[in-house]
Amino acid sequence: MRASKDLDIELKLLLDAIYLKYHYDFRGYAMASLKRRMTLAADHFGCPTLSHLQGRLIHEPDLFPELLNYLTVQVSEMFRDPSYFRSLRESVVPLLRTYPSLKVWVAGCSTGEEVYSLAILLREEGLLERTLIYATDINTQALQKAEAGVYAVDRIAAFTQNHSQSGASASLSDYYTAAYGNAVFDRTLKKHIVFSDHSLATDSVFAEVQLLSCRNVLIYFNRELQERALGLFKDSLCRRGFLGLGARESLRFSQHASAFSSLVWEDRLFQKG
Amino acid sequence: MDFESLRGRIDAVVVGASAGGVDALVTVLPSLPRAFRPSVLVVIHQPRERRSMLVDIFSARCALPVREAQDKEPVQPGTLYFAPPDYHLLVDEGPSLALSADDPVLFSRPSIDVLFESAADVYGHRLAGLILTGANSDGARGLAAVRDAGGVTLVQRPDTAHVATMPAAALARGPADFVLSLEQIADLLRRVGGGHEG
Repeated sequence: MRASKDLDIELKLLLDAIYLKYHYDFRGYAMASLKRRMTLAADHFGCPTLSHLQGRLIHEPDLFPELLNYLTVQVSEMFRDPSYFRSLRESVVPLLRTYPSLKVWVAGCSTGEEVYSLAILLREEGLLERTLIYATDINTQALQKAEAGVYAVDRIAAFTQNHSQSGASASLSDYYTAAYGNAVFDRTLKKHIVFSDHSLATDSVFAEVQLLSCRNVLIYFNRELQERALGLFKDSLCRRGFLGLGARESLRFSQHASAFSSLVWEDRLFQKG
Repeated sequence: MDFESLRGRIDAVVVGASAGGVDALVTVLPSLPRAFRPSVLVVIHQPRERRSMLVDIFSARCALPVREAQDKEPVQPGTLYFAPPDYHLLVDEGPSLALSADDPVLFSRPSIDVLFESAADVYGHRLAGLILTGANSDGARGLAAVRDAGGVTLVQRPDTAHVATMPAAALARGPADFVLSLEQIADLLRRVGGGHEG
Protein backbone atom coordinates (compact mmCIF):
# COMPACT_ATOMS: atom_id res chain seq x y z
CA MET A 1 0.00 0.00 0.00
CA ARG A 2 3.03 2.14 0.21
CA ALA A 3 2.97 2.87 -3.52
CA SER A 4 -0.69 3.81 -3.33
CA LYS A 5 -0.14 6.25 -0.50
CA ASP A 6 2.69 7.86 -2.44
CA LEU A 7 0.37 8.20 -5.41
CA ASP A 8 -2.24 9.91 -3.24
CA ILE A 9 0.34 12.41 -2.02
CA GLU A 10 1.55 13.09 -5.54
CA LEU A 11 -1.97 13.55 -6.85
CA LYS A 12 -2.83 16.04 -4.13
CA LEU A 13 0.33 18.07 -4.79
CA LEU A 14 -0.30 17.97 -8.53
CA LEU A 15 -3.84 19.32 -8.10
CA ASP A 16 -2.52 22.10 -5.89
CA ALA A 17 0.11 22.94 -8.52
CA ILE A 18 -2.51 23.04 -11.28
CA TYR A 19 -4.69 25.33 -9.19
CA LEU A 20 -1.84 27.68 -8.31
CA LYS A 21 -0.44 27.83 -11.82
CA TYR A 22 -3.52 27.63 -14.05
CA HIS A 23 -6.45 28.42 -11.69
CA TYR A 24 -8.30 25.25 -12.67
CA ASP A 25 -9.66 23.63 -9.55
CA PHE A 26 -9.80 19.83 -9.63
CA ARG A 27 -9.41 19.50 -5.88
CA GLY A 28 -13.11 18.74 -5.48
CA TYR A 29 -13.20 15.99 -8.07
CA ALA A 30 -13.97 12.37 -7.17
CA MET A 31 -10.58 10.80 -6.55
CA ALA A 32 -10.92 7.35 -8.12
CA SER A 33 -11.74 8.58 -11.62
CA LEU A 34 -9.36 11.51 -11.42
CA LYS A 35 -6.52 9.25 -10.34
CA ARG A 36 -7.22 6.96 -13.27
CA ARG A 37 -7.30 9.80 -15.79
CA MET A 38 -4.22 11.48 -14.36
CA THR A 39 -2.27 8.21 -14.47
CA LEU A 40 -3.26 7.73 -18.11
CA ALA A 41 -2.13 11.30 -18.82
CA ALA A 42 1.23 10.71 -17.12
CA ASP A 43 1.72 7.62 -19.31
CA HIS A 44 0.82 9.64 -22.38
CA PHE A 45 3.35 12.35 -21.55
CA GLY A 46 6.00 9.73 -20.80
CA CYS A 47 6.17 10.73 -17.13
CA PRO A 48 7.09 7.86 -14.77
CA THR A 49 5.39 9.54 -11.80
CA LEU A 50 2.82 12.25 -11.12
CA SER A 51 5.60 14.28 -9.46
CA HIS A 52 7.43 14.24 -12.76
CA LEU A 53 4.27 15.36 -14.54
CA GLN A 54 3.88 18.14 -11.96
CA GLY A 55 7.35 19.46 -12.72
CA ARG A 56 6.71 19.48 -16.42
CA LEU A 57 3.34 21.18 -16.06
CA ILE A 58 4.86 23.98 -14.03
CA HIS A 59 7.64 24.61 -16.52
CA GLU A 60 5.91 23.75 -19.82
CA PRO A 61 2.59 25.62 -19.99
CA ASP A 62 1.99 24.29 -23.50
CA LEU A 63 1.26 20.88 -21.98
CA PHE A 64 -1.68 22.09 -19.96
CA PRO A 65 -4.38 22.22 -22.66
CA GLU A 66 -3.57 18.65 -23.60
CA LEU A 67 -3.74 17.57 -19.97
CA LEU A 68 -7.08 19.32 -19.67
CA ASN A 69 -8.38 17.12 -22.46
CA TYR A 70 -7.34 14.06 -20.48
CA LEU A 71 -9.08 15.33 -17.39
CA THR A 72 -12.29 16.70 -18.82
CA VAL A 73 -13.21 15.49 -22.28
CA GLN A 74 -15.85 12.86 -22.55
CA VAL A 75 -16.81 11.33 -25.80
CA SER A 76 -20.57 11.48 -25.82
CA GLU A 77 -23.14 10.80 -28.51
CA MET A 78 -25.90 12.93 -29.89
CA PHE A 79 -29.20 11.94 -28.30
CA ARG A 80 -27.36 9.66 -25.87
CA ASP A 81 -30.02 7.76 -23.88
CA PRO A 82 -32.81 8.42 -26.38
CA SER A 83 -35.49 7.97 -23.75
CA TYR A 84 -34.17 11.06 -21.95
CA PHE A 85 -34.96 13.12 -25.03
CA ARG A 86 -38.28 11.37 -25.52
CA SER A 87 -39.25 12.29 -21.98
CA LEU A 88 -38.14 15.87 -22.60
CA ARG A 89 -40.49 15.99 -25.60
CA GLU A 90 -43.37 14.40 -23.76
CA SER A 91 -43.12 15.83 -20.27
CA VAL A 92 -41.11 19.05 -20.45
CA VAL A 93 -41.73 20.60 -23.89
CA PRO A 94 -45.50 21.09 -23.27
CA LEU A 95 -44.64 23.25 -20.26
CA LEU A 96 -41.81 25.06 -22.03
CA ARG A 97 -44.36 26.14 -24.66
CA THR A 98 -46.03 28.33 -22.06
CA TYR A 99 -42.97 30.65 -21.89
CA PRO A 100 -42.69 33.51 -24.39
CA SER A 101 -38.92 33.15 -24.44
CA LEU A 102 -36.68 30.36 -23.21
CA LYS A 103 -33.22 29.98 -21.79
CA VAL A 104 -31.53 26.61 -21.56
CA TRP A 105 -28.21 25.75 -19.92
CA VAL A 106 -26.11 22.74 -20.90
CA ALA A 107 -23.51 22.59 -18.13
CA GLY A 108 -20.33 20.66 -18.93
CA CYS A 109 -21.10 20.49 -22.65
CA SER A 110 -17.67 19.10 -23.66
CA THR A 111 -17.55 18.82 -27.47
CA GLY A 112 -21.19 19.76 -27.93
CA GLU A 113 -23.10 16.58 -28.82
CA GLU A 114 -25.74 17.22 -26.17
CA VAL A 115 -26.08 20.89 -27.12
CA TYR A 116 -26.89 20.15 -30.75
CA SER A 117 -29.22 17.37 -29.67
CA LEU A 118 -31.21 19.83 -27.59
CA ALA A 119 -31.14 22.49 -30.29
CA ILE A 120 -32.48 20.00 -32.83
CA LEU A 121 -35.14 18.77 -30.42
CA LEU A 122 -36.26 22.34 -29.73
CA ARG A 123 -36.37 23.11 -33.44
CA GLU A 124 -38.46 20.01 -34.06
CA GLU A 125 -40.82 21.10 -31.33
CA GLY A 126 -41.03 24.60 -32.78
CA LEU A 127 -39.34 26.27 -29.82
CA LEU A 128 -35.81 27.01 -30.97
CA GLU A 129 -36.66 30.38 -32.51
CA ARG A 130 -37.48 31.77 -29.08
CA THR A 131 -34.67 29.96 -27.25
CA LEU A 132 -31.16 30.84 -26.20
CA ILE A 133 -28.96 27.91 -25.17
CA TYR A 134 -25.93 28.50 -22.95
CA ALA A 135 -23.33 25.79 -23.53
CA THR A 136 -20.58 25.90 -20.93
CA ASP A 137 -17.46 23.95 -20.12
CA ILE A 138 -14.10 24.57 -18.48
CA ASN A 139 -12.18 23.22 -21.46
CA THR A 140 -11.81 25.91 -24.12
CA GLN A 141 -10.48 23.48 -26.73
CA ALA A 142 -13.58 21.33 -26.27
CA LEU A 143 -15.74 24.45 -26.50
CA GLN A 144 -14.10 25.36 -29.82
CA LYS A 145 -14.95 21.92 -31.15
CA ALA A 146 -18.47 22.28 -29.84
CA GLU A 147 -18.79 25.64 -31.54
CA ALA A 148 -17.55 24.21 -34.83
CA GLY A 149 -20.33 21.61 -34.78
CA VAL A 150 -18.41 19.17 -36.95
CA TYR A 151 -18.40 15.44 -36.17
CA ALA A 152 -16.76 12.50 -37.91
CA VAL A 153 -19.20 10.94 -40.31
CA ASP A 154 -18.55 7.45 -38.90
CA ARG A 155 -20.27 8.54 -35.68
CA ILE A 156 -23.42 9.65 -37.47
CA ALA A 157 -25.02 6.21 -37.73
CA ALA A 158 -25.20 5.93 -33.93
CA PHE A 159 -26.43 9.54 -33.65
CA THR A 160 -29.13 8.85 -36.24
CA GLN A 161 -30.35 5.75 -34.48
CA ASN A 162 -30.53 7.57 -31.14
CA HIS A 163 -32.30 10.50 -32.76
CA SER A 164 -34.99 8.36 -34.31
CA GLN A 165 -35.54 6.61 -30.96
CA SER A 166 -35.96 9.98 -29.27
CA GLY A 167 -39.38 10.48 -30.81
CA ALA A 168 -38.18 12.63 -33.71
CA SER A 169 -40.49 13.21 -36.63
CA ALA A 170 -37.77 14.24 -39.09
CA SER A 171 -34.47 12.68 -40.08
CA LEU A 172 -31.21 13.74 -38.50
CA SER A 173 -29.79 14.23 -41.99
CA ASP A 174 -32.00 17.34 -42.27
CA TYR A 175 -29.62 19.02 -39.84
CA TYR A 176 -26.18 18.39 -41.30
CA THR A 177 -24.25 18.32 -44.56
CA ALA A 178 -21.65 15.65 -45.13
CA ALA A 179 -18.30 16.80 -46.50
CA TYR A 180 -14.86 15.20 -46.53
CA GLY A 181 -15.67 12.52 -43.96
CA ASN A 182 -17.36 14.99 -41.65
CA ALA A 183 -20.90 15.98 -40.82
CA VAL A 184 -21.23 19.74 -40.48
CA PHE A 185 -24.25 20.74 -38.44
CA ASP A 186 -26.69 23.39 -39.59
CA ARG A 187 -25.39 26.89 -38.86
CA THR A 188 -28.86 28.18 -38.10
CA LEU A 189 -28.86 25.97 -34.99
CA LYS A 190 -25.80 27.82 -33.75
CA LYS A 191 -27.49 31.20 -33.89
CA HIS A 192 -29.32 30.12 -30.76
CA ILE A 193 -26.31 28.84 -28.85
CA VAL A 194 -23.80 30.81 -26.79
CA PHE A 195 -20.63 28.85 -26.02
CA SER A 196 -18.87 30.01 -22.91
CA ASP A 197 -16.14 29.14 -20.45
CA HIS A 198 -17.71 28.45 -17.05
CA SER A 199 -16.58 26.39 -14.07
CA LEU A 200 -19.03 24.71 -11.73
CA ALA A 201 -16.21 24.64 -9.19
CA THR A 202 -15.32 28.33 -9.14
CA ASP A 203 -17.84 30.45 -11.10
CA SER A 204 -21.32 31.59 -10.13
CA VAL A 205 -24.85 31.94 -11.48
CA PHE A 206 -25.00 33.91 -14.75
CA ALA A 207 -28.60 33.63 -15.96
CA GLU A 208 -32.06 32.41 -15.10
CA VAL A 209 -33.00 29.38 -17.16
CA GLN A 210 -36.11 27.24 -17.65
CA LEU A 211 -34.23 24.03 -18.49
CA LEU A 212 -30.83 22.85 -17.33
CA SER A 213 -29.22 19.68 -18.62
CA CYS A 214 -26.10 18.39 -16.91
CA ARG A 215 -25.60 14.72 -17.56
CA ASN A 216 -22.71 12.61 -16.31
CA VAL A 217 -20.82 15.57 -14.95
CA LEU A 218 -21.73 15.40 -11.26
CA ILE A 219 -20.43 11.82 -10.95
CA TYR A 220 -16.94 13.25 -11.41
CA PHE A 221 -17.31 15.57 -8.42
CA ASN A 222 -16.99 14.76 -4.73
CA ARG A 223 -19.99 15.40 -2.48
CA GLU A 224 -18.91 18.89 -1.56
CA LEU A 225 -18.46 20.03 -5.15
CA GLN A 226 -21.70 18.29 -6.14
CA GLU A 227 -23.45 20.37 -3.51
CA ARG A 228 -21.91 23.52 -4.90
CA ALA A 229 -22.97 22.67 -8.44
CA LEU A 230 -26.49 21.68 -7.41
CA GLY A 231 -26.75 24.94 -5.46
CA LEU A 232 -25.85 26.82 -8.65
CA PHE A 233 -28.44 24.82 -10.57
CA LYS A 234 -31.12 25.55 -8.01
CA ASP A 235 -30.33 29.27 -8.08
CA SER A 236 -30.18 29.35 -11.90
CA LEU A 237 -33.50 27.65 -12.51
CA CYS A 238 -36.67 29.68 -12.58
CA ARG A 239 -39.57 28.61 -10.38
CA ARG A 240 -40.87 25.28 -11.75
CA GLY A 241 -37.76 25.03 -13.98
CA PHE A 242 -36.48 21.65 -15.16
CA LEU A 243 -33.26 19.82 -14.34
CA GLY A 244 -32.00 16.80 -16.28
CA LEU A 245 -29.21 14.57 -14.91
CA GLY A 246 -27.40 11.45 -16.15
CA ALA A 247 -29.12 8.06 -16.22
CA ARG A 248 -27.47 6.97 -12.96
CA GLU A 249 -27.25 10.31 -11.18
CA SER A 250 -29.65 11.48 -8.51
CA LEU A 251 -30.29 14.10 -5.87
CA ARG A 252 -30.70 11.42 -3.24
CA PHE A 253 -27.70 12.33 -1.12
CA SER A 254 -27.99 16.09 -1.60
CA GLN A 255 -29.18 18.74 0.82
CA HIS A 256 -30.78 20.40 -2.23
CA ALA A 257 -32.99 17.36 -2.85
CA SER A 258 -35.95 19.01 -1.14
CA ALA A 259 -35.85 21.92 -3.61
CA PHE A 260 -36.74 19.55 -6.44
CA SER A 261 -39.43 17.03 -7.21
CA SER A 262 -39.01 14.09 -9.51
CA LEU A 263 -40.78 14.57 -12.84
CA VAL A 264 -39.68 11.45 -14.76
CA TRP A 265 -37.52 9.38 -12.42
CA GLU A 266 -36.38 6.79 -15.01
CA ASP A 267 -34.92 9.57 -17.13
CA ARG A 268 -33.69 11.67 -14.21
CA LEU A 269 -35.83 14.69 -14.98
CA PHE A 270 -36.57 16.89 -12.00
CA GLN A 271 -38.60 20.03 -11.47
CA LYS A 272 -37.75 22.81 -9.09
CA GLY A 273 -40.25 23.51 -6.34
CA MET B 1 -1.88 -20.11 -0.16
CA ASP B 2 -3.75 -21.67 2.74
CA PHE B 3 -7.23 -20.28 2.70
CA GLU B 4 -7.71 -20.73 6.44
CA SER B 5 -5.24 -17.85 6.77
CA LEU B 6 -7.59 -15.67 4.72
CA ARG B 7 -10.50 -16.03 7.10
CA GLY B 8 -11.55 -12.61 8.34
CA ARG B 9 -8.95 -10.82 6.24
CA ILE B 10 -11.06 -10.09 3.17
CA ASP B 11 -13.23 -6.94 3.21
CA ALA B 12 -14.34 -7.07 -0.41
CA VAL B 13 -14.51 -9.45 -3.33
CA VAL B 14 -14.45 -8.02 -6.85
CA VAL B 15 -15.82 -10.26 -9.58
CA GLY B 16 -15.50 -9.98 -13.36
CA ALA B 17 -17.46 -12.05 -15.85
CA SER B 18 -18.45 -11.82 -19.48
CA ALA B 19 -19.87 -14.38 -21.92
CA GLY B 20 -21.57 -17.11 -19.88
CA GLY B 21 -21.20 -14.96 -16.78
CA VAL B 22 -24.78 -14.93 -15.54
CA ASP B 23 -24.89 -18.73 -15.34
CA ALA B 24 -21.50 -18.80 -13.62
CA LEU B 25 -22.63 -16.22 -11.09
CA VAL B 26 -25.83 -18.18 -10.46
CA THR B 27 -23.60 -21.04 -9.32
CA VAL B 28 -21.45 -18.89 -7.04
CA LEU B 29 -23.44 -15.99 -5.58
CA PRO B 30 -26.60 -17.71 -4.24
CA SER B 31 -24.42 -20.03 -2.18
CA LEU B 32 -23.05 -17.17 -0.09
CA PRO B 33 -24.71 -17.24 3.33
CA ARG B 34 -26.50 -14.41 5.08
CA ALA B 35 -23.52 -14.13 7.45
CA PHE B 36 -21.09 -13.50 4.59
CA ARG B 37 -19.21 -10.41 5.67
CA PRO B 38 -17.23 -9.07 2.68
CA SER B 39 -18.84 -6.73 0.16
CA VAL B 40 -19.13 -8.23 -3.31
CA LEU B 41 -18.74 -5.96 -6.34
CA VAL B 42 -19.54 -7.43 -9.73
CA VAL B 43 -18.89 -6.28 -13.27
CA ILE B 44 -20.55 -8.38 -15.93
CA HIS B 45 -20.47 -7.30 -19.55
CA GLN B 46 -23.97 -6.89 -20.88
CA PRO B 47 -25.87 -4.91 -23.49
CA ARG B 48 -26.04 -1.18 -22.75
CA GLU B 49 -29.76 -1.05 -22.15
CA ARG B 50 -30.62 1.24 -19.34
CA ARG B 51 -32.59 -1.26 -17.36
CA SER B 52 -30.61 -4.22 -16.15
CA MET B 53 -32.25 -7.46 -15.05
CA LEU B 54 -29.30 -8.51 -12.90
CA VAL B 55 -30.67 -7.19 -9.63
CA ASP B 56 -33.99 -8.95 -10.20
CA ILE B 57 -32.32 -12.21 -11.19
CA PHE B 58 -30.02 -12.32 -8.20
CA SER B 59 -32.29 -10.83 -5.53
CA ALA B 60 -34.61 -13.73 -6.08
CA ARG B 61 -31.81 -16.25 -5.55
CA CYS B 62 -29.38 -14.76 -3.04
CA ALA B 63 -29.38 -14.63 0.73
CA LEU B 64 -27.44 -11.39 0.64
CA PRO B 65 -29.01 -8.04 -0.31
CA VAL B 66 -28.47 -7.27 -4.01
CA ARG B 67 -28.26 -3.76 -5.41
CA GLU B 68 -27.27 -1.85 -8.48
CA ALA B 69 -24.26 0.27 -7.49
CA GLN B 70 -25.04 3.94 -6.98
CA ASP B 71 -22.56 6.77 -7.24
CA LYS B 72 -21.15 7.94 -3.86
CA GLU B 73 -22.89 5.17 -1.95
CA PRO B 74 -20.86 3.89 1.03
CA VAL B 75 -19.90 0.24 0.48
CA GLN B 76 -21.83 -1.95 2.92
CA PRO B 77 -20.52 -5.27 4.17
CA GLY B 78 -22.34 -8.43 3.16
CA THR B 79 -23.95 -6.78 0.14
CA LEU B 80 -23.80 -7.65 -3.57
CA TYR B 81 -23.41 -4.75 -5.95
CA PHE B 82 -23.69 -4.87 -9.73
CA ALA B 83 -22.21 -2.20 -11.98
CA PRO B 84 -25.00 -0.42 -13.88
CA PRO B 85 -25.03 -0.86 -17.66
CA ASP B 86 -22.96 1.64 -19.64
CA TYR B 87 -21.06 3.01 -16.62
CA HIS B 88 -17.74 2.06 -15.11
CA LEU B 89 -17.89 1.10 -11.45
CA LEU B 90 -14.99 2.17 -9.23
CA VAL B 91 -14.18 2.02 -5.56
CA ASP B 92 -13.30 5.39 -4.10
CA GLU B 93 -12.10 6.54 -0.70
CA GLY B 94 -14.39 5.66 2.17
CA PRO B 95 -14.72 3.05 0.78
CA SER B 96 -17.56 4.28 -1.35
CA LEU B 97 -18.80 3.45 -4.83
CA ALA B 98 -18.18 5.73 -7.78
CA LEU B 99 -19.48 5.64 -11.33
CA SER B 100 -17.86 7.06 -14.43
CA ALA B 101 -18.91 7.56 -18.04
CA ASP B 102 -15.31 7.49 -19.28
CA ASP B 103 -14.59 5.79 -22.58
CA PRO B 104 -14.98 2.03 -22.74
CA VAL B 105 -11.81 0.09 -21.91
CA LEU B 106 -11.16 -2.92 -24.18
CA PHE B 107 -14.57 -2.12 -25.70
CA SER B 108 -16.18 -2.61 -22.31
CA ARG B 109 -18.17 -0.31 -20.08
CA PRO B 110 -18.40 -1.35 -17.34
CA SER B 111 -14.82 -2.53 -17.39
CA ILE B 112 -13.50 -5.25 -15.10
CA ASP B 113 -10.02 -3.71 -15.15
CA VAL B 114 -11.35 -0.34 -13.98
CA LEU B 115 -13.20 -1.88 -11.03
CA PHE B 116 -10.32 -4.15 -10.01
CA GLU B 117 -7.62 -1.47 -10.25
CA SER B 118 -9.59 1.06 -8.22
CA ALA B 119 -10.56 -1.57 -5.63
CA ALA B 120 -6.95 -2.75 -5.31
CA ASP B 121 -5.93 0.84 -4.65
CA VAL B 122 -8.44 1.23 -1.81
CA TYR B 123 -8.56 -2.27 -0.25
CA GLY B 124 -4.98 -3.47 -0.84
CA HIS B 125 -4.36 -6.88 0.71
CA ARG B 126 -7.90 -7.02 2.12
CA LEU B 127 -9.31 -7.60 -1.37
CA ALA B 128 -10.03 -10.77 -3.32
CA GLY B 129 -10.36 -10.62 -7.11
CA LEU B 130 -12.19 -13.29 -9.08
CA ILE B 131 -12.17 -13.73 -12.87
CA LEU B 132 -14.82 -15.97 -14.41
CA THR B 133 -15.83 -17.05 -17.90
CA GLY B 134 -15.59 -14.62 -20.81
CA ALA B 135 -14.58 -14.11 -24.40
CA ASN B 136 -12.13 -11.21 -24.10
CA SER B 137 -9.14 -10.21 -22.02
CA ASP B 138 -10.78 -7.64 -19.74
CA GLY B 139 -9.79 -8.33 -16.14
CA ALA B 140 -6.26 -9.58 -16.78
CA ARG B 141 -4.73 -6.21 -15.98
CA GLY B 142 -7.11 -5.68 -13.08
CA LEU B 143 -6.28 -9.01 -11.49
CA ALA B 144 -2.58 -8.16 -11.78
CA ALA B 145 -3.32 -4.95 -9.85
CA VAL B 146 -5.04 -7.00 -7.12
CA ARG B 147 -1.96 -9.25 -6.94
CA ASP B 148 0.43 -6.30 -6.88
CA ALA B 149 -1.51 -4.75 -4.00
CA GLY B 150 -1.15 -7.95 -1.99
CA GLY B 151 -4.73 -9.12 -2.51
CA VAL B 152 -5.93 -12.66 -3.15
CA THR B 153 -6.42 -13.76 -6.76
CA LEU B 154 -8.93 -16.37 -7.91
CA VAL B 155 -9.53 -17.54 -11.45
CA GLN B 156 -12.09 -19.97 -12.76
CA ARG B 157 -10.31 -23.05 -14.16
CA PRO B 158 -10.33 -22.31 -17.91
CA ASP B 159 -11.34 -25.88 -18.86
CA THR B 160 -14.46 -25.51 -16.69
CA ALA B 161 -15.42 -22.08 -18.08
CA HIS B 162 -18.18 -21.57 -20.62
CA VAL B 163 -15.65 -19.47 -22.56
CA ALA B 164 -12.03 -19.94 -21.49
CA THR B 165 -10.52 -16.79 -23.03
CA MET B 166 -10.92 -14.45 -20.07
CA PRO B 167 -9.65 -16.75 -17.30
CA ALA B 168 -6.83 -17.90 -19.59
CA ALA B 169 -5.84 -14.29 -20.32
CA ALA B 170 -5.80 -13.53 -16.58
CA LEU B 171 -3.54 -16.51 -15.95
CA ALA B 172 -1.28 -15.66 -18.87
CA ARG B 173 -0.60 -12.33 -17.21
CA GLY B 174 0.59 -13.91 -13.97
CA PRO B 175 -0.12 -16.70 -11.50
CA ALA B 176 -3.29 -16.79 -9.41
CA ASP B 177 -3.50 -17.95 -5.81
CA PHE B 178 -6.41 -20.23 -6.65
CA VAL B 179 -7.51 -21.73 -9.97
CA LEU B 180 -10.75 -23.54 -9.27
CA SER B 181 -14.07 -24.77 -10.59
CA LEU B 182 -17.18 -22.71 -9.80
CA GLU B 183 -18.23 -25.09 -7.01
CA GLN B 184 -14.79 -24.86 -5.44
CA ILE B 185 -14.83 -21.08 -5.74
CA ALA B 186 -18.18 -20.92 -3.97
CA ASP B 187 -16.86 -23.19 -1.24
CA LEU B 188 -13.73 -21.12 -0.77
CA LEU B 189 -15.65 -17.85 -0.58
CA ARG B 190 -17.99 -19.29 2.02
CA ARG B 191 -15.08 -20.41 4.17
CA VAL B 192 -13.21 -17.16 3.82
CA GLY B 193 -16.07 -14.75 4.29
CA GLY B 194 -18.79 -16.59 6.09
CA GLY B 195 -17.26 -17.03 9.52
CA HIS B 196 -17.16 -14.74 12.47
CA GLU B 197 -13.73 -15.86 13.65
CA GLY B 198 -11.02 -13.60 12.59
